[in-house]
Amino acid sequence: MPNKNIILKIEGISKEYPTVKANDYVSLDLEYGKIQALLGENGAGKSTLVKIVYGLVKPDHGKMYLNGVEYRPKGPQDARSKGVGMVFQHFSLFDALTVFENIALGLDKNLKKNELKKRILDVSKEYGLSISLDKIVGNLSAGERQRIEIIRCLLLNPKIMIMDEPTSVLTPGEVSDLFSVLKKLSNAGMSILYISHKLEEIRTLCTKATIMRRGQVVKKCDPQNISTSKIAEEMVGTSFSSPKKSKFKKGKECLKINNLSFKPLDPFGIPIRNLNLKIHHGEILGIGGVAGNGQEEFLSLLSGELKPTNGSLLFDGIDITKFNVVERRNKGLLTAPEERLGHAAVPVMTLTENCLITAEHRMNLSKKGFIDYESSKKLSDEIIKKLDVRTSGSDALARSLSGGNLQKFVIGRELIQNPKIFIVNQPTWGVDAAAASSIRQQILDLAKDGAAVIVISQDLDELLEISDVFCALVGGQLSSPENTSELNPSKLGMLISNSKE
Amino acid sequence: MLKIEPRKNHSNFLEVSAPVIAVFLTMIFGGFLFLSMGKNPFEAIKLIFWDPIMSPTFSEYSRPQLVIKAAPLILIALGLSFGFRANIWNIGAEGQYIMGALISGSIGLALYPLDSMVIFPLMILGGIIGGVLWAMIPAILKIRFNTNEILVSLMLVYVAEQILALASVGFLRNPEGLGFPGSRDLSKYPSAANPELIANSGIHMGVIFSIIAVIVLTYFLIYHRLGFQIKLLGQAPKASKFSGVNSNYIIIFCLGLSGGLAGVAGMFELTGPAGLINIDFNVGYGFTAIIVAFLGRLHPIGILFAGLLMSLTYVGGELAQFMLNIPAAAIQVFQGMLLFFLLSTDLLVSYKISLNLSNLKTKKLKPFKK
Repeated sequence: MPNKNIILKIEGISKEYPTVKANDYVSLDLEYGKIQALLGENGAGKSTLVKIVYGLVKPDHGKMYLNGVEYRPKGPQDARSKGVGMVFQHFSLFDALTVFENIALGLDKNLKKNELKKRILDVSKEYGLSISLDKIVGNLSAGERQRIEIIRCLLLNPKIMIMDEPTSVLTPGEVSDLFSVLKKLSNAGMSILYISHKLEEIRTLCTKATIMRRGQVVKKCDPQNISTSKIAEEMVGTSFSSPKKSKFKKGKECLKINNLSFKPLDPFGIPIRNLNLKIHHGEILGIGGVAGNGQEEFLSLLSGELKPTNGSLLFDGIDITKFNVVERRNKGLLTAPEERLGHAAVPVMTLTENCLITAEHRMNLSKKGFIDYESSKKLSDEIIKKLDVRTSGSDALARSLSGGNLQKFVIGRELIQNPKIFIVNQPTWGVDAAAASSIRQQILDLAKDGAAVIVISQDLDELLEISDVFCALVGGQLSSPENTSELNPSKLGMLISNSKE
Repeated sequence: MLKIEPRKNHSNFLEVSAPVIAVFLTMIFGGFLFLSMGKNPFEAIKLIFWDPIMSPTFSEYSRPQLVIKAAPLILIALGLSFGFRANIWNIGAEGQYIMGALISGSIGLALYPLDSMVIFPLMILGGIIGGVLWAMIPAILKIRFNTNEILVSLMLVYVAEQILALASVGFLRNPEGLGFPGSRDLSKYPSAANPELIANSGIHMGVIFSIIAVIVLTYFLIYHRLGFQIKLLGQAPKASKFSGVNSNYIIIFCLGLSGGLAGVAGMFELTGPAGLINIDFNVGYGFTAIIVAFLGRLHPIGILFAGLLMSLTYVGGELAQFMLNIPAAAIQVFQGMLLFFLLSTDLLVSYKISLNLSNLKTKKLKPFKK
């Protein structure tokens, strides 16, 4: 009968969705006091599995045992009462309330105010989760918000804690804080199911890992004894080469941003404040920072979708501040926004039609206002071929492509137009490792051919890998540029957590 | 368990056959309706769908009526469909139809009894301008103050109706009309009249104009940049902005096009079938055209058929009322059924309904794959 060391046993869980088998006979054992990694690409079925464990999704088949007793959660509340807690990737906190109010609201049972305060302070002291109860959540950093979620979870005395990609929104400093908390928790006997697709952090944190691919468990291993590239290959299913960066030749000035400011009409928009920047031909400028610090606004100000309230843009010596989207594009300023479906591409249109969105004028896809669909289809075929986009063809609807393939198409559409400057936001977000590597290679090649590139990304490893110069965008302000080669992780963390330094 | 799932691939066959299936379903269920009222279902269905076109007794009257009713519906629906694709909701085509008729009518009546070749074209222009100007009110208010064009255009219908009433009893009243409301009969004023071009066919200039509009706008929608931009704006506003589409321009264009076509439809109706401006000039073409636009899937060719079908249910419905004493309400239920089935079969074009038994069956457990 059951191994005494195993707290949660998952046996043959399957869950099928209309278009995809999210979990296909998945089995997994979670031991007492261990941090178990659940690894996989986006769409591998990790999230579905933990949602099943947390009672949010009902499995089609399979069984789970908690402490040797069959475990069939009716819902999250039931799961929590049985000792299974979860910290989500996206926080569910009220910005306008204080830390204490947020914690109190999230609890299933009612406790007296003073008693609750005492318990929160006990928990936060025990595990080194420093927090001040009276602060307004809206003013807190992502790391601090996550601490609230963790405390909220710990107050229920869970035996198992599920963490869904907890580091995706954190700065490097906050990540190491989180890791020390997690290690303390596991030493105290807590079992943690840790979901991630970042390999390095798994290696530092976990002793057991389960790798999933396309809904199936493909490997169980000890991440300490296996190379990172081997894990990556298991996740993706094939081997791939990492991008190669050639030596950077700085050309003449390409884009100069002077005192760019933007005041959003939307009360939740991020204002851009006095942004100054110079970028040269052949240069890749990486802009790091946690999403929601003005990245989207910054890109829209450069593409021409937003009009700045102040400041000017000089592109190859021409003032383009008053140019609209099409005029900027005709000059050679091309952009690729973060959101693929609905912004960069239209889900219900074919790839041929999606080509027209940005390439109509620059690639002469229309004559006197009438669209030349044949040329557009040819261009689309070319993009598909050049970037190895997996699709049934140019007549396929954009929504039928997987995230990674659509991203390749969207980026390829701009690259094929030979931009003089290319600005891309989160180029590899939600893209599998092989595709990400090929996209990065394309960006490097573009810079090698003399274009300027601005890469906005949350993935610091990516920025360190491909960019020549690094800035951090925090609260709508840009830090002064640093040469990437001179950066170390602690410096990076400082830049990202505070731009004024 | 029944599930509605999106289809991975668009089914062209279903797209074409869905309306045909819908018409058949309407005949079957409508038949039951008539049967339950003690009427012969076969006779009723035949009266509605067959006799207006084929019966030797009725078709002489019904066939021209079919064309006369379909023409304005098609013309107005064509214009509306462009806006609907871009999420610009002109609900006030009825008002633009009235204003088109009023302006063109005013021109014609002002020049009465002058005999000139330019009067009719001038009136066409007046009809377009009247409709466009009336539609520019919601357009400009939307652009300038971000008002809701649905409300503004709809409210303007009632304003237009009041102006129509004022004109009928006031400034456009026939001076030789013995004080009765209504203008001179323009269909009897040769320079302004829009007569039947072929005897007993119902075909007048407006019908020709509608057919030309269907052809031109089909081409325009598919191949012109504006057609593409309209689709883009409707399906993904953010992407259209990214593409560089000027949404204000699209708002002006869509409301202008629908207003202009509604206005010119009013002009042809006034100078032909209606003849004169009167309080009851508008009979709801502008509202029914909204349904026609959707029945035709917002596509010009689809709208052509939808307009004819809609017109058929009106003409045939009247016939059934008259011949079998079927109450008007039952005919409306029948028309409602047709809409219902058309919309529900429409769902099948992009979605499929599948029977999922996997929850009930127990599958054999697969061994763990190494």
